Amino acid sequence: MNGRRLRAMIRKEAWQAMRDPSTLLATFLFPPLLLFLFAYGVSLDVKDVRIGLVLESDGPHARELAAAYQATPWLEVKPVRHGKQLERDLVTGKLAAYVVIPQDFDAAMESSLRAAQVQIITDGSQPNSANFTASYARGVFGNWLAQQGDGAAAPRIQLQQRFWFNPELESRQVLAPGAIAMVMTMIGTILTAMVIAREWERGTMEALLATPASITEVLLSKLLPYFVLGMLAILACAFCVVVIFSVPLRGSLAMLLLTGAIFLIPALGQGLFISTLFRSQFDAGEVALLTSFLPAIMLSGFVFEIESMPQPVQWLTHVIPARYFIEALQTVFLVGDSWRSLWPDLLALLLLGGLLFALTFAKSQIRLD
Amino acid sequence: MTVGIELEEVGKRFGECEALSAVSAHIKSGEVTGLVGPDGAGKTTLMRIMAALMTPTSGRARVAGADVQDDAAGVHSLIGYMPQRFGLYEDLSVRQNLNLYADLRGLGEAQRRASHDRLLEFTGLAPFTGRLAGALSGGMKQKLGLACAMLAAPRVLLLDEPSVGVDPVSRRELWRMVGELAGDGMTVVWSTAYLDEAERCDEVLLLNHGRLIYSGQPAQLTATLAGRSYLVTDIQGDRRRLLTQVLELEGVRDGVIQGAALRLVLAGAGPSNALRNLLADYRAKLQAAPPRFEDAFVDLLGGGPGGLSVLAEKMDDVTGTGEITVRCRQLSKRFGRFTAADSVSFAVRRGEIFGLLGPNGAGKSTTFKMLCGLLKPSAGSAEVVGLDLRHAAPAAKRQLGYMAQKFSLFGLLSVRQNLDFFSGVYGLQGEQRQRRIEEMSEFFDLSPYLGQSPELLPLGFKQRLALACALMHRPQVLFLDEPTSGVDPITRREFWTHITGLVQRGVTVMVTTHFMDEAEYCDRVALVNRARLMALDTPDALKARVASPQLPNPTMEDAFVHLVAAENVLPDAEVAA
Amino acid sequence: MRSPLGFTIAREFVSMARDPGMRRMLLAAPLLQVLVFSYAATMEVQNVKLAVINQDSGRWSRELVLRLEAAAFVDQVIHAPSTTALADLIERRQVLLAVHFQPDFSRRIEAGQSGPVQLLFDGRRANAGQIVFSYIRNIAAGLQMELAATGAGPPPAALVRHWFNPNLEYRWFLVPALVATLAMVPTMLISALGVARDRELGTFDQLVVSPVTTLDIILSKLLPAVFAGMLSGLMVFLLAIFAFRINFHGGPLTLLLLFFSQLTFVFTLSGLGLTISAACNTQQQALLGLFFLTIPMMITSGFLTPVENMPVFLQYLAELNPLKHFLVIVLGSFFKDMSAAEFFSNLWPMLLISVLSVSIAAQIVRWRVQ
Repeated sequence: MNGRRLRAMIRKEAWQAMRDPSTLLATFLFPPLLLFLFAYGVSLDVKDVRIGLVLESDGPHARELAAAYQATPWLEVKPVRHGKQLERDLVTGKLAAYVVIPQDFDAAMESSLRAAQVQIITDGSQPNSANFTASYARGVFGNWLAQQGDGAAAPRIQLQQRFWFNPELESRQVLAPGAIAMVMTMIGTILTAMVIAREWERGTMEALLATPASITEVLLSKLLPYFVLGMLAILACAFCVVVIFSVPLRGSLAMLLLTGAIFLIPALGQGLFISTLFRSQFDAGEVALLTSFLPAIMLSGFVFEIESMPQPVQWLTHVIPARYFIEALQTVFLVGDSWRSLWPDLLALLLLGGLLFALTFAKSQIRLD
Repeated sequence: MTVGIELEEVGKRFGECEALSAVSAHIKSGEVTGLVGPDGAGKTTLMRIMAALMTPTSGRARVAGADVQDDAAGVHSLIGYMPQRFGLYEDLSVRQNLNLYADLRGLGEAQRRASHDRLLEFTGLAPFTGRLAGALSGGMKQKLGLACAMLAAPRVLLLDEPSVGVDPVSRRELWRMVGELAGDGMTVVWSTAYLDEAERCDEVLLLNHGRLIYSGQPAQLTATLAGRSYLVTDIQGDRRRLLTQVLELEGVRDGVIQGAALRLVLAGAGPSNALRNLLADYRAKLQAAPPRFEDAFVDLLGGGPGGLSVLAEKMDDVTGTGEITVRCRQLSKRFGRFTAADSVSFAVRRGEIFGLLGPNGAGKSTTFKMLCGLLKPSAGSAEVVGLDLRHAAPAAKRQLGYMAQKFSLFGLLSVRQNLDFFSGVYGLQGEQRQRRIEEMSEFFDLSPYLGQSPELLPLGFKQRLALACALMHRPQVLFLDEPTSGVDPITRREFWTHITGLVQRGVTVMVTTHFMDEAEYCDRVALVNRARLMALDTPDALKARVASPQLPNPTMEDAFVHLVAAENVLPDAEVAA
Repeated sequence: MRSPLGFTIAREFVSMARDPGMRRMLLAAPLLQVLVFSYAATMEVQNVKLAVINQDSGRWSRELVLRLEAAAFVDQVIHAPSTTALADLIERRQVLLAVHFQPDFSRRIEAGQSGPVQLLFDGRRANAGQIVFSYIRNIAAGLQMELAATGAGPPPAALVRHWFNPNLEYRWFLVPALVATLAMVPTMLISALGVARDRELGTFDQLVVSPVTTLDIILSKLLPAVFAGMLSGLMVFLLAIFAFRINFHGGPLTLLLLFFSQLTFVFTLSGLGLTISAACNTQQQALLGLFFLTIPMMITSGFLTPVENMPVFLQYLAELNPLKHFLVIVLGSFFKDMSAAEFFSNLWPMLLISVLSVSIAAQIVRWRVQ
């Protein structure tokens, strides 16, 4: 290992990266854009759901219940007399659900023989919203019931939900780490795979290998600049997350950087490994996209819960670095420098990184044959 | 004189294919050693073995004492290597490239400054240190590549075809640079397809099919040809037809066109009666000529190809109206504030071979591209068979065939599918299309390769396929963009056999080239320099222009160099991209 | 009889068929992704581990815990000895939530007062937490209604019916949605890297000197991408129907309209890809350009989370997103009675975008030929 050669090659890499505006865009423009989109575009916080209300009865109970629905903060209720019209709105997606208070509602409320019933009809083609809306609408009915019962108020189970680390329960607080992982995957894996493939494609690798520079130096010179770019990107991300999206950073900046640095080991390792297997930019880009980026969105647990996946898929998620990185970032941002929560994630990242680098060096050819 | 590189029974196999077998040689330091041979002879493989980028399957190779197998790092610290695709970073500036390689070679600060200054002056790159390497002309790129390879004054300098695509002026400069280095005791190995370069080497290694078939001084090989080289002059009639006929005769080993004359290499017995009779028909004179290295090279490899082109033989005459097939008037192209071509005008007659020559980046390619419709002119007009490329582009393009420098074949298609595609794109249909495809595979012996990818074909077949694709629709004008760049002399001869055959069938050929012996095949040559048409004449007339008491018999290269130098003080330096 | 255009296009297809990278992307990748993602990408929450601290010894807390233990989404209930142990369990991600009953819970309920139950969630998993909260609210509401009717007669009830997807299977949403999203990757990749790749290899010139027109070149680059998108889409569609047994609600007319919509959709994507391709100099730039376009499209489409949850300005932006419109069409034709009018209200924005993007791409290609 020769410091001077390494420095020279790293400088070269930096010049090339700076010459191509697309690299800089990827590092500095992409993070805020992605963060912005994730912060506002991906939201499970069901707010202002439009539901319909069919009030078939004019009785006092029915009207009271209708009023209870209309008074509910998150529901935007559209009351009508007959159900036909609302069915159409449900089909076109203008309504997420509608509640029917039937004609005999008042009678049933008074009667001891019949049960009072409301119907809740949801648009099941959006299963998640349907589930939320249905449970919400049921809750309203249940609470309303509890306040009835002439004089002696019925007992109520009062659910008090509290979200630790994230009391305002904002999706963006948990999604921001996911967005950071996307950016870092792109820089660490996809760009790295492509720049090395480019060096083979253009024939400059041959010239480099004929100089006293060793294969280790050549590969390191590719990795370090992208490591630095990755670290800059995580700083840019952290800045946006904290300043613009006002997500707290409860852990220390040092811990955030350490986490980022440890994640970059497997990310760069994967990019490197792909580029030793595929020497054309098209192939390297395609494989990197399919094996790093898409799994980072779908299988990392940041949108879709890992524990809900079938066992084989859960096993698969164990080899996806983004999974551990996202968990660790969530801890650093929302919990703090909690070692007992962080060490399993960081260790997993280190192990994956070691494995990928070992594979690369086992496979890497110093010579052209 | 010490030994720079020792090769002992070096062999290399790739699977079934034996790329090198038992090559043994001692390459001396302080000399320039040429590595020559036809395509696929194993030149690049040997270069890579000497650069310790590949391990030999058998035998040993020591470079300046370091074994390539055991001490690759040692070899790397002793050599300078310039691969075929020069290892420059096109998105870095000239100085950045130099600095990178200086650091990689571990040059000290003072050493670096001295060597930079020397090399920049040496290469004439000093005014361009801030320019991106990608924006340099081809010749300047090669000089920069060379400068990078020899920054640290390596003990051994390995250059893999450094002069491909470089104009004669720059080529001479490269040669001069390398010659000076060797004078300082460096071992230089220069692989090349240009045999005039090989001739200037101190020693040559001649490879064929992976075997070393000659090693020694070029002059010794040339000397074996004494009394067998001839020049045929004062030909009355078509010299191309004569060449075709001569090459079919017994006892004629090789023949090429040299301006208005023919150059022949005969088998040992001297001119036969058949030859004398044939020449008498043309009232031509036969005179002995000093042999060249190329003559010996071709002879050693079994002589040149025959003179008959099956293609031209079986093809129908290409007909069309009008005596002028390509015409441009005041053709200009500007890129921003830079003028790449400035008011170029000329006309090309039917059945003519018209050469477009010029230094790298002087506007030759720009002009050529405008003539075949790859670039739109900023001003002026270009016509092919009377059709303006701007207004009747599709009709005009149907009348022209185009063969690109890198034979842009579609690598993902098979040979057959390439033929299918090109015939289809030019509007051939049904039975005619089938017939043409079959003809082409037959004429060019492509039938065994039809299912393969063109990328796997030997270079010669690749070239044949590219030509077949360009000719499928029987164009009236054929455009060839540096068609034989990096191609060995035998393949080149075969190619030109087809071209001369085509011209006899009435096809007009437009060609750009850096090979001066290729320029000799042309009826007329246009010399483009500094974006302007500088001279337009027959090759012989151009040569005559530069004849002087010091240079009574100038070659085409002399003519090129002198004419360009007369106009430019620093020929390559004015060039911009 | 075929025109030069026919051959240019045929050439692109044959190249595609002979390229192993392409085959991998067109055939293997969608299959694999459907399999993995359809099982992985689920908004149902299952296998939840939760902790319980029950300081109450009465009947009602036991009842609720029993119901939680029996619930389908719960994997394990851990009884935590103390609140500190509980904090540790949450911080180390051992449980998603903790349920805390105060000592007087049952007493308060029996006294007719309201009994508070604390649900402590790991805020790092806010999404899953919210979903689980809605599950628990359902369970509590059921118990609540029984409590309300402790007197006599049957308890009041809310009958929930989920139209189009009675069991709210998330896969029913996801697999049809993948018909749209999985078609995106190959379509965009082929169209975006196409021209840039040809230019880097020098074969672009070869096309320019032949009699093919700019329009021919553009079409020959568009159609393979369109084909790739149609192929991927069709594969996922068939998988949805035959492998995942998802009911296709629409009739033959819907099928026809869906086909036409898919065609419009992938054509629009190809147009966008081609615009990137024409504008970029290298494949690397084209790939990054692809990211800049594809990821925002994915996010604002409603594929991950519903468009209705987004802020209003993003909802307006989503109107420009072909994926958003096509998702409405796919889901609609699978589950609902989409009228032709509804089809067209989602089709015309796509048509508009495709016309725009193809014209821009054509202009850039033309300008490049100069």
